[in-house]
Amino acid sequence: MSTILKTAAVAGAFAAALTAHASTAVADDMAKEKCFGVSLAGENDCAAGPGTTCAGTSKVDYQGNAWTLVDAGKCTMIELPAMADGTARMGSLEALERDLPMEG
Amino acid sequence: MTPLSQQAFREAMLHPEALVPETLRDGHGGPAGRRFSVYRNNVAVGLTEAVLEGFPTLRALLGDENLRALAAPFLRAHPPSSPLMFRYGEALPAFLQRFQPLAHLGYLPDVARLDLAMRESYHAADATPLEPARLAALPPEVLAQAHLRLAPSLRVLRSSWPLWQIWQLAHHDGPPPRPEAEDILITRPGYDPEPHHLPAGGAGFIEALGQGQSAEQASGAAIAEAPDADLPAILGLLLQGSALTAVEIAR
Repeated sequence: MSTILKTAAVAGAFAAALTAHASTAVADDMAKEKCFGVSLAGENDCAAGPGTTCAGTSKVDYQGNAWTLVDAGKCTMIELPAMADGTARMGSLEALERDLPMEG
Repeated sequence: MTPLSQQAFREAMLHPEALVPETLRDGHGGPAGRRFSVYRNNVAVGLTEAVLEGFPTLRALLGDENLRALAAPFLRAHPPSSPLMFRYGEALPAFLQRFQPLAHLGYLPDVARLDLAMRESYHAADATPLEPARLAALPPEVLAQAHLRLAPSLRVLRSSWPLWQIWQLAHHDGPPPRPEAEDILITRPGYDPEPHHLPAGGAGFIEALGQGQSAEQASGAAIAEAPDADLPAILGLLLQGSALTAVEIAR
């Protein structure tokens, strides 16, 4: 691609993004107001992480000997076995083909 | 009696089956006994709670019981290296990578990285976002050569797993993820970090910007990574997430 064309393509991408942004920005600003201390029960999704509250530590630590995965949580809904060689799935293009059922 | 070494105290504290060190006293001349056990229990419970609180996506995927069971060997292998508890768990992705009982859930290390990145983003420095009008006012040839600065709260995660669909399922329900690779962009437009699905080429674009390359070079990096990279969509995510903080014009 020539320099002029590349410059035009980059500028075009910015122009398209800015136009799209201008139409959504007003709605965003209105949604940004934060309500401190207001959190529905069970929806306290504070993103700050541990150490930001002083939770009680009266619970008992049970340390099991053998590690077994209890059938719980949403991981039971995800079936994404690693490739036979132990590597993770790379990209959709090749990986998807390997998942097709055998014909015949 | 010789005083207890730091090392011996640490060993006894992290191993529930270890005996209470004999040289520890209760402050009244007697052996520390159960008081030490209380302390030992609180350390383990406190760190377990920190893992549960700090990894909400792992928690949704594994359930409390499994995550507690994972935290038990983890906290003993990786006690905190900093008193700042909100950073606890930085070693968990690498630990999961080698943790045989969960090796069949190969996406878990990336999930742990995502939870850590969300926390990092939350605690990153504030920055004033760039006024989009500043970009709109630049002529095309100036814009192409310009350098864009990124907000400190921005994070990019590359994954060879459907990380975005996994996050969606964990927090909002959704269909079982399809096997494909998905990168994630974390931006913090207000107070809380937000993850977004980053289209192909986006990670290359943002990493190039982060290395100080021009808008045109970064676009080239995106297209080299994904010929059909959707640059307007990628830029749109950055603008919408207040992730650009400055534009520097080359002279």
